[in-house]
Amino acid sequence: MIGYLIRRLLQTLVVLFFVTVITLFLVHLFPGGPIRAMLGQRATPAQVAYYNHIYGFDQPFYMQYVKWIDQLIHGNLGFSTKLNQSVASLMAQDLPKTIILVGLGTIVSLLFGIPLGMYQAVKRYTIGDYALTGVSFLGYATPTFFVGLMLVEWFSVYTHLFPPFGPQSSSALGVLEQPRALVLPVVAYAFVLYALWSRYMRSSVMDNLVQDYVRTARAKGASERRVLFGHVFRNSLISIVTLLGLSLPTLVAGAIFIEVVFNYPGMGLAFYNAAENVDYQVLLGFTVLATVATILGNLLADISYAMLDPRVRYS
Amino acid sequence: MAMMPPGGSLPTELSIEPALTPEDPGAGALTAVEAEELGVAPAVRPRSMLRRGWEVFAENKLALASLGVVLFMVLFCFVGPLIYKTDQVHTNLNNVLCTPSGSHLLGCDNVGYDVLGRLMVGGQTSLEVGTAAALVSVLFGTLYGALSGFVGGIADAFLMRLVDAGLSIPYITVIIILSVIFHPNKAIMIFVIAAFYWLGVARLVRGETLTLRTREYVQAVKIVGGRNRRAIIRHIVPNAIGTIIVQATFAVADSILILAGLGFLGLGVNPPSTDWGSMLSGGLNYLQSSQNYWWLIYPAGIAIIITCIAINFIGDALRDAFETRLQRR
Repeated sequence: MIGYLIRRLLQTLVVLFFVTVITLFLVHLFPGGPIRAMLGQRATPAQVAYYNHIYGFDQPFYMQYVKWIDQLIHGNLGFSTKLNQSVASLMAQDLPKTIILVGLGTIVSLLFGIPLGMYQAVKRYTIGDYALTGVSFLGYATPTFFVGLMLVEWFSVYTHLFPPFGPQSSSALGVLEQPRALVLPVVAYAFVLYALWSRYMRSSVMDNLVQDYVRTARAKGASERRVLFGHVFRNSLISIVTLLGLSLPTLVAGAIFIEVVFNYPGMGLAFYNAAENVDYQVLLGFTVLATVATILGNLLADISYAMLDPRVRYS
Repeated sequence: MAMMPPGGSLPTELSIEPALTPEDPGAGALTAVEAEELGVAPAVRPRSMLRRGWEVFAENKLALASLGVVLFMVLFCFVGPLIYKTDQVHTNLNNVLCTPSGSHLLGCDNVGYDVLGRLMVGGQTSLEVGTAAALVSVLFGTLYGALSGFVGGIADAFLMRLVDAGLSIPYITVIIILSVIFHPNKAIMIFVIAAFYWLGVARLVRGETLTLRTREYVQAVKIVGGRNRRAIIRHIVPNAIGTIIVQATFAVADSILILAGLGFLGLGVNPPSTDWGSMLSGGLNYLQSSQNYWWLIYPAGIAIIITCIAINFIGDALRDAFETRLQRR
């Protein structure tokens, strides 16, 4: 186990290295370079050269990289000249709100996805299973933003049950104080994720139901309820935990679209605005942060998998 | 779904030419390889796995219906404009937001384009970009994954850490950044989507290759002095083709959805070109206006959903088809 952990951590470091190189490389892809993107089309070559010098873009790539990594380690994610605000402070302001949306949405989707996926596996190839399969296929095939649009149309424009936009507040606490405005964004977010969990839970439970330990439990006279909830449920949950750790890119993507549709003032909306304004510092900072979160998520998923499932042997 | 093949077909297929199935790891496969190396055609041609896959697929009614839906969509988008002629290049401010009528079956949008005609033109972009992006990423991902898995060792570790790194960056951020950097047209959208999508394919094919390369018939290529390229292209890839085709199918649906998302964010192809997602950008404004402009939202949204559901059903059926084949081994 210790050997596995060390090797896994080393791998993570290598991946982190590649990721940061790729991300910094992306900055240089901006037409005319990052400074041209920052100053706009009318900047003179002299101005561009001046700021290239100030920001160190005239140095060799590896020097830029070392300097950038040094800044990142010290918590300096860059400074947005368009917003006149440091990227770190922008994140401190917006990230908690995104975490609320992503957290609530994920919890709601799990609360539906796990039991319904399990129901589908137990009652497989019945009407109920096919109906729910239809729902999850719909979830897979519907763009996230379209789910949002539909919810606004039905529950806001027609029935006036909920406001058509997310909570408008600069603080995370303010967001939580407007639960009615949170409903539609969270439901839209949860619907897309529901498809993922329920599908996965269904096949995971189906795999587990034919395992030897289930036969043993039944042979020992365990009730069907005990087999399902005592044995199969717990084992299927292991793979869901792993899947959660691996799904961070999906969660981030969902957050961006939901926040744009509902004008929810989180990190995803900030990223979208940065894309429209070609604010490369924010784009870069957000990408690095989301990436590091994903890598850590993968690492946690692997470790928890190795710890939860003693059958897994890493050699 | 179609996990259990209906009786009949299973025993007959197994009894016809069991020793000559190309994926049979036993002595029969070795004979086939030898025969091929010597330039002698085997006496009985084994039915190809694609052919048998198709037979299982054809038994699945839902999959056939889905195939019909996709064919209809292709005809609608590419042949439709020849029958239902509309101007999709010049805006017409006299027609702004006109309601559906005899001359404009689905009304007009906010700059006066006929919505039904726009749905066809936009569909062309969505289908073309979706298919092309899927093809590019599957082709590149397959070769990359097969090579990495086949050579193994340090090269494999290096190549796969690169893939890990790419997969760790939330794809949507990269795709959005790339479409900000490059002003998108169809070709660039294909590149942007494929630039991230091939990673998943590469990882999948590499896993498949790891199991395939230990098989006797792949070892046999090495023994008779065949080059790596031959082993990969003639033996590894054809035997992983089931996985690859299934993946390619889902890739088309995923690419259409990604393109739609970018279009919605206003980062898709530039006007007068359009795609189904771009048709929906700004849709929120029409929802909330006092008048009900349903034709600006529903046609494009439903087109995306129907197409993607159909493609996913096809992918699911293909997976069943190829997995049943695996079970028959």
